[in-house]
Amino acid sequence: MIELKVNNQVQQVDVEADTPLLWVIREQLNLIGTKFGCGMAQCGACTVHLNGQPIRSCVTPISAVEGQAITTIEGIADDNGKLSKVQQAWIDEQVPQCGYCQSGQIMSAVALLKSNPNPSDNDIDAAMSGNVCRCGMYGRIKKAIKNAALV
Amino acid sequence: MSKLTRRAFLTAGLIIGGGLIVGVAIRPGHRTPKLAKFMQHDDEVLVNAWVKLLPDNSVTVIVSHAEMGQGAQSALAMMLADEMDVDWDSVTIEEAPAHDEYANFHMAREFLLPGKMPGIVNQTINGVFLTISKTIALQVTGGSFSIRSTGERGMRVAGAAARELLMQAAAQEWQVAVTEIRADKSYLYHDATARNAPYIKFAKTAAEQQGSEFPTLKIPQQFNLMGNEDIQRLDIPEKVDGTAKFGIDVVLPGMRYATVKTSPVFGSKVEIIDASSAEKMKGVIKVVNLGDGVGVIADSYWQAKKAIAAVTVTYSASEWDNTSTDSIMAQFRTDMDKAVANGDEEEDFSEGDARNVIELAASVITAEYSVPYLAHITMEPMNSTALVKDGKIEVWGGTQNPLGIRAAIAEEFDIDADNVVINNVYLGGGFGRRAMKDYPIQAVKLASALPGVPVKMIWSREEDVQHDFYRPAIVSRFKAVLGNSGLPTAWENQYVDKHEPKEAPYIPYQVDNQFVHFIESPTHIPFGPWRSVDHSQHAFFTESFIDELAHAADQDAFQYRRTLLQSEPRYLKVLDAVAKMSDWERPLPLGWGRGIAIHGSFNSIVAEVVEVDMSSGSLRVDKVFCVADAGFAYCPNAFRAQMESGIIFGLSAAMHGEITIKNGAVMQSNLHDYKVIRMNTAPDIYVEIINSGEKTGGAGEPGTPPIAPALTNAIFAATGKRIRELPIKLG
Repeated sequence: MIELKVNNQVQQVDVEADTPLLWVIREQLNLIGTKFGCGMAQCGACTVHLNGQPIRSCVTPISAVEGQAITTIEGIADDNGKLSKVQQAWIDEQVPQCGYCQSGQIMSAVALLKSNPNPSDNDIDAAMSGNVCRCGMYGRIKKAIKNAALV
Repeated sequence: MSKLTRRAFLTAGLIIGGGLIVGVAIRPGHRTPKLAKFMQHDDEVLVNAWVKLLPDNSVTVIVSHAEMGQGAQSALAMMLADEMDVDWDSVTIEEAPAHDEYANFHMAREFLLPGKMPGIVNQTINGVFLTISKTIALQVTGGSFSIRSTGERGMRVAGAAARELLMQAAAQEWQVAVTEIRADKSYLYHDATARNAPYIKFAKTAAEQQGSEFPTLKIPQQFNLMGNEDIQRLDIPEKVDGTAKFGIDVVLPGMRYATVKTSPVFGSKVEIIDASSAEKMKGVIKVVNLGDGVGVIADSYWQAKKAIAAVTVTYSASEWDNTSTDSIMAQFRTDMDKAVANGDEEEDFSEGDARNVIELAASVITAEYSVPYLAHITMEPMNSTALVKDGKIEVWGGTQNPLGIRAAIAEEFDIDADNVVINNVYLGGGFGRRAMKDYPIQAVKLASALPGVPVKMIWSREEDVQHDFYRPAIVSRFKAVLGNSGLPTAWENQYVDKHEPKEAPYIPYQVDNQFVHFIESPTHIPFGPWRSVDHSQHAFFTESFIDELAHAADQDAFQYRRTLLQSEPRYLKVLDAVAKMSDWERPLPLGWGRGIAIHGSFNSIVAEVVEVDMSSGSLRVDKVFCVADAGFAYCPNAFRAQMESGIIFGLSAAMHGEITIKNGAVMQSNLHDYKVIRMNTAPDIYVEIINSGEKTGGAGEPGTPPIAPALTNAIFAATGKRIRELPIKLG
């Protein structure tokens, strides 16, 4: 048994130690908001937070995160269930098209704004270029991040 | 819209179960009771084939198109809601089940003439691009058809018909003239007597009304939702909190997980499978021979993925084992030469006598262009979940073509289509890829090996890249003769393989002598529709060559096009608008360049201007200006998003996209070697919409074709280097 702390809840899972965090989140914990895109940290769809830092869960073995604080898209709303300012900005800018990459995009954006509340264009480029959006909503994502920074 | 067209699929109201049904027939005859059986749930009233009125006065709009990011479901629901005057905040969407009654009959009506059926349909049903099946089942999302076909011919009529029925019912109950009643946000009002009531109060009376066969549609001045800048898509909230359910998110009780690995060389067959070590691995349930590949079913995806790497498969030798990109391109060029030498070109379009003018000309301008095979790389890798139980097959997943998939599964597994159920969910990108039937069929094959157990098959990204239906590679050659004014007097174009749409290689420019022809040069590489289908390749060719002619004539690229578009006022307006928007004459810094391109596709005309900064020696795309005329943009914000999306998709292809073949197999495997545009390489995009009032065009695809030539024309303006081969390689 491996103990995990996901979205402030302690969970026990019985999986092989090399199983990527992504598949444990999705298949064992049924948190399906985190997506599989490439399996090699190239697209960012699987981005979650490990102790507040964005990581690619598709290449993170479960054994490496045992007992540490993991946050997924399901865990970033306020305590009262209100959407985070980044999620609200995403709605206001009508960012998602197919929407598949957006959990990962939002997790990267939340982490960026936490460490850098007023990111420049270059800061956003640097923090967000690991997240691919095949629908090409980069302009809207950038605008949404800037709007969220103002809240 | 003609009265005849409307009458063809509108039927009268019917009573069922004490509720209201407004029948809008998809084909002549009263189909509605049959539909109600499938759609009606407890406490819900089926208003018509596309809308249900619920007891709390909210409505559920039933749409027959998949949502793959293009916003079609919201747009379709909004078109109906506006005509019906319902409260937009009370609208929810339900995707139609894959039953024949929901086939896009409007689409069939428009395209049933031989040769006009969108290729996306044929490919899925028959595996043959240009053959039309008479028994084709249509519920396809593709070809940018949703709004202009289902929306205008179905949704709007249905909404208007439902509103009129409810108003008639109110007039009867209130004993007033129907003309004195007005509808607003799901309520009916009789102002003179200060009465009002919610729609649902009139459901039963409405069911007794004889519906008008010709409901009056709103004129644009009456639109509340259609064309409204502030309308938000209904699918977006669940796409920001992780609750939106895609194919890969389907979870069923007792479900097992699978992954597959298909023969690297397309068409090779399995000879020997050695699964001895894989079968001993933890969690592995079964190794399945798929004929052209192998699948592993396990307790988890990770276990299946690890196990499949331990399976050794020997494949049959194939005549394609030595095929490479070079050999394919050489084959194209040899076949093109041969066709001209033997005079057996297939004519595509001819006007005047281009060959003769070229023959007699003192000077002929020639150019050859080529584009590579391209993958789709939807963000969500192919996946499908299937359950085979008691002679029935049920499939869950995201598809652009649920009815086609249903028919294909029935055929493949030799069972009655009535015993095949398709549950469609959100698509994590489609772009044409999810119109294909390969992946659901694989899932059913796997599930057949484990009857009674739902099996979720997920492809690795590597499998997804290497077993796509690729955008075809094409070589295209041009010859032109310029007259005294520098304008072309003859235009000849020869290219490889004609697919769809037919008009993709045709130019809007006034050239008196034109000869467009092609040859078939088949390869073993599977191909399929890729966002804008053949338009993306041909727009690159034609809009590059016209640019070369402008340069040869020593004329401005915008003015040259302008002169040649004098008899095409719609094109001219879009071209002028993009020049104005981009401030075409504005001087650029040293090392920068500006390029323009215009192309019509799916009844929309789109012009784009690209500004590039080449001052550092490498390529940086700074800005894209885009003007689009789709007749009328029903959801302006979502329409602009589709232009932005199409531009980035086309930029990824122009700058990076390339599938190469070695020893018969695809060499690329994932996003490290099949690169795409990311945040740090994405330009600023500015979109302007022209609502010309012309016949409505598409949104999902027309933004893509002009971007590659606008970009390469900008590179030429900046550096003098003409890019004739994609992706762009600056040496």
